[in-house]
Amino acid sequence: MTRTSPARYLLQAAFYLPLMVLIGYFSSAPVFVHLPAGEALLRLSIAHAAERMQACRERSQEELAKLPPNMRAAQDCPRERSPLLIELEIDGRLQLRTEALPAGTQRDGLATLYHRLPIAAGTHRIVVRMRDRPQGEFNYVREETLNLAGGDSVLIDFNASRGGLEFRR
Amino acid sequence: MTLRERAFSLWQATESRLDRAFGAGANPLRRLGAIAFLLFWAAAASGIYLYIFLDTSAAGAWRSVEAVSREQWPIGSVIRGLHRYASDALVVVMFAHLLREYLAGHARGFRWFSWISGVPLIVLLYASGIGGYWLVWDQLALFSATATAEWLDWIGMTSEPFARNFLSSEQVIDRLFTLFIFLHIGLPLALLAGMWVHVQRVSRPDSFPSRNLAAGTAIALVVLAAAWPVQSLPQANPAQVPATLALDWFYLFPHPVMYATSPGALWAMVTGAAVLLLVLPWLGRKSRLPVAVVSAGDCNGCGRCFADCPYSAIVLVPHTSKHLAPRMAEVQPALCAGCGICAGACPSSTPFRSSDAFASGIDMPGRKIAALRGELERALAALRAGPRVVVFGCDRAADVAAVRAADTAALSLICAGMLPPSFVEYALRNGADGVLVTGCADGACDYRFGQRWLEERFAGTREPHLRANVPRERLRVVWAGNGSLPELANCVASFRASLTERRPGDESIMRPKRALQASHAQP
Ligand code: HEM
Ligand code: SF4
Ligand code: SF4
Repeated sequence: MTRTSPARYLLQAAFYLPLMVLIGYFSSAPVFVHLPAGEALLRLSIAHAAERMQACRERSQEELAKLPPNMRAAQDCPRERSPLLIELEIDGRLQLRTEALPAGTQRDGLATLYHRLPIAAGTHRIVVRMRDRPQGEFNYVREETLNLAGGDSVLIDFNASRGGLEFRR
Repeated sequence: MTLRERAFSLWQATESRLDRAFGAGANPLRRLGAIAFLLFWAAAASGIYLYIFLDTSAAGAWRSVEAVSREQWPIGSVIRGLHRYASDALVVVMFAHLLREYLAGHARGFRWFSWISGVPLIVLLYASGIGGYWLVWDQLALFSATATAEWLDWIGMTSEPFARNFLSSEQVIDRLFTLFIFLHIGLPLALLAGMWVHVQRVSRPDSFPSRNLAAGTAIALVVLAAAWPVQSLPQANPAQVPATLALDWFYLFPHPVMYATSPGALWAMVTGAAVLLLVLPWLGRKSRLPVAVVSAGDCNGCGRCFADCPYSAIVLVPHTSKHLAPRMAEVQPALCAGCGICAGACPSSTPFRSSDAFASGIDMPGRKIAALRGELERALAALRAGPRVVVFGCDRAADVAAVRAADTAALSLICAGMLPPSFVEYALRNGADGVLVTGCADGACDYRFGQRWLEERFAGTREPHLRANVPRERLRVVWAGNGSLPELANCVASFRASLTERRPGDESIMRPKRALQASHAQP
């Protein structure tokens, strides 16, 4: 084996150096602008089991008689749930109106919605509306005036046990 | 030449240039798989060190990682840097390895197993690396975890959106953090298992670089870690969204891509790329070569083919004729590349056998050793002016037919490693003044070990030996590679210029032929 000459070590260093710079640099640069300066982030995150599409119905005696004995439940409850209808209004302008479908092949699971929306810093009047039944008015509404600084993160959530829609910061 | 082949010649030209700085054995471009293994071990070792000091709660993790950097300076800081940069380098080296294998045409044919088993390694490496960023629990960790959750939620794996977990501090529970730690240990272990599977298809996998190359890589990483310390961003705070993030583009680039497009688009890109990589082995034509065939009556079970097969395609089994030998070779067709290297290793492959229709112990259909001898004899008989040169080439490199002339015979083998050394002697005894062997570029044997075994057989350090009485000045090995025909022609010309012509039948340079029959079996 021949000894490695100093010139070879220099050549090797010349090979490694650009790779080191490349790895060192892209390991933390260039910066990614996640949210433009002066903007806040609004996130709507809702997971909720809506009401059933059709109300439960009492079975008649004849109907019950036709069913096998182990399936004679007094009520017939179609499993399908209603989609959620959700609206988000900011400073009087409708920003989002969307339907969230229940999960599951029978459409009987949670309906979920996740939506991120950057919004300029400042004071905003924000209204969220939600309907969790097939027809009718919005049965949940929440309205709030928020004073947002750049980089603030606001979460709009739904929590039935705490009375419905809520703003969290 | 296709575009891919042209790109590969460019790659090989770069490799040859780097040989001057590193030597072929320590050339990083030639040993990317081995470097990848080394980087994995470096990341694993430094990771174990970091783990010892990690506070495994979401609340304490950030501070504990910063403490390694600051309070254990410089050791802790360098080890943290080593963990980061070895992981980053692993991404670069893995994709370079993928590119090289693709350009070399290794996505197709019998190598499909190596290729297909490589694809999950990309996924596992990214899953390991991205998850690693979460353990710091700084702004970047929260960003990356949220972005990943938003991405996963797009296909709705969980009944509740996973991203909800990261939306407020009360919900970022320690239990979730325990899961992160579990993932960041489990996924790299799965990666290691995948790497082990990945190299099962080749024999003697090159999974550790030479000492020089390992030292060079280690020094480069340590210098980088010391010169460019890794720092955390401020601690994660779900109530704030950082405007800008200094992120690791090697691992985290999918997040910006997702925010520039959409989670659905990122899914399309990722599945598209994965499907493309997975179907590549079956795209385009590349028919498999016929596999090696053992002739039981000619096999003495010596095991040389077993030792030399680059793809572990040969097993030794009890001999069908017990009176001949206890064992014999058996080819596993599914693993065989059809390279013929085993035929070059077999002691029965000698042309000094009397029968006209002899078989080697292990022969390549369509390219039998007996037929090769016939071809050589006819080519020698047709040679006119001297000095007469026989060129043995290989199908994977420059087509040697182009140098065929009145004074030059040219025979192409499946791989240069298929040439039994006794053929060199046979050619010289039967009218050739010199023998030139060529093939893929130096160190770039397409069948991995053809060049190495051939050189070792010629040097007498590997069976079967080229006999010592063969005048070495009449043998030349030129690894000319692909597409360098003028260069090959020059080599033949300069070799010929060094040769003196002999009278036909003059064997004074060697011992008489009769005494040599089957001699290589007892060198
Ligand atoms: C962490 C990632 C990886 C590691 C550590 C790794 C390591 C290795 C090693 C050590 C070898 C044996 C080389 C030899 O002895 O000649 C090899 C071969 C190979 N690798 Fe990988 N590899 C990785 C990823 C990949 C990927 C992503 C692909 C392509 C999708 C790939 C494709 C191949 C192919 C086709 C071969 C066979 C070469 C031959 O048969 O000559 N590898 N790899
Ligand atoms: S042809 Fe090549 S791959 Fe097949 S058994 Fe022989 S040495 Fe192994
Ligand atoms: S090298 Fe030839 S003789 Fe030896 S085991 Fe293989 S086939 Fe049999």
